[in-house]
Amino acid sequence: MTAQSRLLARADFNALIHALEAQGYRVLGPRERAGAIVFDEITRAEDLPVGRVSAQQPGSYRLEDSGNGRFFDYVHGPESLKRFLFAPEERLWTVSAEGTVSFKETLPEARPVAVIGARACDIAGMQVQDRTFLAGNEKIPPLLKGGHGGIYTDPYYATRRENLFIVAVNCTRSAATCFCASMDTGPRARAGYDLALTELEDDFLVEANSTAGEALLAALPLRNADAGAESAAAEAIEAAAVSQTRRMDTTGIQALLFDNLEHPRWDDVAERCLSCGNCTMVCPTCFCHSETDVTSLDGATSEHRRQWDSCFALDHSYLHGAQIRPQIRQRYRQWLTHKLASWIEQFGTSGCVGCGRCITWCPTGIDLIEEVNAIRATPGAQRAADI
Amino acid sequence: MAQKLRIAVHKFASCDGCQMQFLNLEQDLLTLARQVEIVHFAEATSVMQQGPYDVSFVEGSISTSTDLQRIQQVRAASRMLITIGACATAGGLQALRNWKDHGEFVRAIYARPEYIDSLAQSTPVSAHVKVDAELWGCPIDQQQLKRVLSDVLARITPRIPGESVCMECKRAGNVCVLVTKGEPCLGPVTRTGCGALCPRYERDCYGCFGPQEDGNARALGRRFQALGLSADEIVRRFRFINGWAPAMRAGAQAWEKQKPIIENMD
Ligand code: SF4
Ligand code: SF4
Ligand code: SF4
Repeated sequence: MTAQSRLLARADFNALIHALEAQGYRVLGPRERAGAIVFDEITRAEDLPVGRVSAQQPGSYRLEDSGNGRFFDYVHGPESLKRFLFAPEERLWTVSAEGTVSFKETLPEARPVAVIGARACDIAGMQVQDRTFLAGNEKIPPLLKGGHGGIYTDPYYATRRENLFIVAVNCTRSAATCFCASMDTGPRARAGYDLALTELEDDFLVEANSTAGEALLAALPLRNADAGAESAAAEAIEAAAVSQTRRMDTTGIQALLFDNLEHPRWDDVAERCLSCGNCTMVCPTCFCHSETDVTSLDGATSEHRRQWDSCFALDHSYLHGAQIRPQIRQRYRQWLTHKLASWIEQFGTSGCVGCGRCITWCPTGIDLIEEVNAIRATPGAQRAADI
Repeated sequence: MAQKLRIAVHKFASCDGCQMQFLNLEQDLLTLARQVEIVHFAEATSVMQQGPYDVSFVEGSISTSTDLQRIQQVRAASRMLITIGACATAGGLQALRNWKDHGEFVRAIYARPEYIDSLAQSTPVSAHVKVDAELWGCPIDQQQLKRVLSDVLARITPRIPGESVCMECKRAGNVCVLVTKGEPCLGPVTRTGCGALCPRYERDCYGCFGPQEDGNARALGRRFQALGLSADEIVRRFRFINGWAPAMRAGAQAWEKQKPIIENMD
C-alpha cells in the first residue's frame, strides 16, 4: 500500500480508462446486459452501470435504480475474474496426421487486459485458483501447494495471469448473499491488485499496490487525499461489512463435514438440488474441467479442447465403467465437502471466499450456509440406509 | 484406408427436420462422401439399398404396426443403430396422444377410421430394440451430428454430452433468465447440445434436447410453482417435445391429474 492515497474525481473517471488504453490494455469493466452486471469492454464512464444496484436473494437477482449517480453500488454479477484466466472453453493443442503425426501447443495470445471493478472476493478467489494453476510458480510458497503434486503451472492460465491488470473496487455496499466478512476475504481488497478504488461522495480514493499501478497513477489527474477522505473510505467499507447478514461459521468445519457423511441433510438437499452445476460454474474457485478431442471429418486433424466441468455432471465421476457418484446426494456432498473442508487439506485454504454467488445463482436457491448450519445443529444424525 | 462405411438413414413417424440436418452439412457432405457410402436415405436419394448397414441413423417414433415390424428389420440389418431427434429418442411431440384416448382422435378426425393403422402410443425406438447411441434435439444439432459422425469414422463409441444446458449457458456467459427474470426455464434439467440457443436470446429453454443425464425435474417443478405457475402450466412445461421421456414424465407427474391412458388400464 502506498503511503499517500489520492483522489480521482468521479467526473474524471474517463481518464482512468484512457490511461489504461494508452498503455495498450484491453479495458473490461462492469456493464449491464440481460438483467445482470457482467464484465465487458468499456470505453467511457457512461458504459458503467451508473445508479444501478442489485437486489440479490437465494435464486434471485434483480437490478434496480438507486436514484444516485454512483458507479459501483451494483456489488457484483454472476461473473468473477475466473473466465479471464481459466477460460470457459479453449483449445490446448492441435494434432495433424498429414504426413507424420505432429502436435502443436496453442497458447493464448499474450494480450494485456485490465479489469476495472474486481471485488475483494474476486481477487481472493483468483488467489485460490493461483494455488491450483500456478503451483509450479516459485512465488507460491511450497507450504500452500498441498500434498497433491503441486509442481505444475498451467501455461494457459499463467499467460493470462501475467497480462492481467486489476483495478479493484472496495465494496461500500454488500449484497444480501455476500458473506466475505466472515470468510475474512473482504469487503476491502487485501492484496493481489494493481489499483484499488473506494467510491466516496464525488471522488474515488485511489491506492496503488504494484509497480504497474504506481506507473498508472502518474497518468491520472489526482489530488492528494486528506485524512478525512481516508476515514470516510474506511467507514464506508466497514459499513458494508457490518451490513452482511449472512455469515459462515467455519469452526471445526473439516471434522464437522467428514464426521457427518451419512447425515440426513444430504438427502434433504438432494430433494431440492437440480444437479444443474450453476453453483460450480459461478464459483470463482472451482477449477474442474473436462478435456476432449474434436476430430475433423476427414480424420486428418484434431483439436484437444478443455472446458469448465462440474462435480454435478454425472460424467465427471465416471471412472472405468462405473459412476462413483450416481446420486445427487453424493454429488452435492462432494461439492460442499471439497469446497469447505478437503480444500483446506489440499491447498492450505478454504475453497470458499464468501462471494455468495452460488446462493444467488442457484436456480432453486440453495444456500450452502444453511446446509452447513443444519448439519451443525444435529451432528451425528444418520440417514436411513438406501433400500 | 479402411473400407467405406455403409450408412443408412431411416424415417419413421417424424417431420424430416433431423434428416435435413444431414443435408444441411453441405460442404462437409463432400468430405463425408469420400469415407462413407450412403446406401439408403429416402430424403436425399432414390437409391434404397437393402442391408446390412454398418450404421443406421433412425429418425422418428414408433407409431404404427408397420413401424413395429420395420424397426426390427432395421435393427437386424444394422451393426450400429443411432437415433436422431426427439421423436426417435423420446417418442416426440406426437407422444402427447399417450395421455389421451387415441381411438377418439381417430374417430373424430378421419372419415374412414378403419383405414388408420396407428398405435395407441407413440414410443421411442429404444422401447423396441437395442439402441447404441441417442442424438437428442428437435431438430438435432449439426455440430453434434458432425462430432458423432467423426467418432463413428474413428471407430470409437460416439460421445454425447449428458450435462445440463446451464453449464453451456455459464460457459457462454449467458445471463440466467430464471434467476434474473423468474422465467420457468427448463435448462437445469435439460441436456446440453443446442449451444444454449434460447437463453442466448434471453428466453427460457423449453427442453427440446430432452432430459439431462441426472437432473431433478420434480424439484424444478416446485421452483416453477414458487415462481407463480399453476399445476396445469407446470405439467405443460414438462409435457412437451420430450414429454414422454421418463425424467420429463416424472417432472410432470406430481402436478398432473390425467395419467397416460395405457398406464391407467394397467
Ligand atoms: S462456494 Fe459459493 S460463496 Fe463460496 S466462493 Fe464459491 S460461489 Fe462464492
Ligand atoms: S462478498 Fe464482499 S467483496 Fe464480494 S462483492 Fe460482496 S461485499 Fe464485495
Ligand atoms: S446447488 Fe443449486 S446451482 Fe448447485 S447444482 Fe444444485 S440446484 Fe444447481
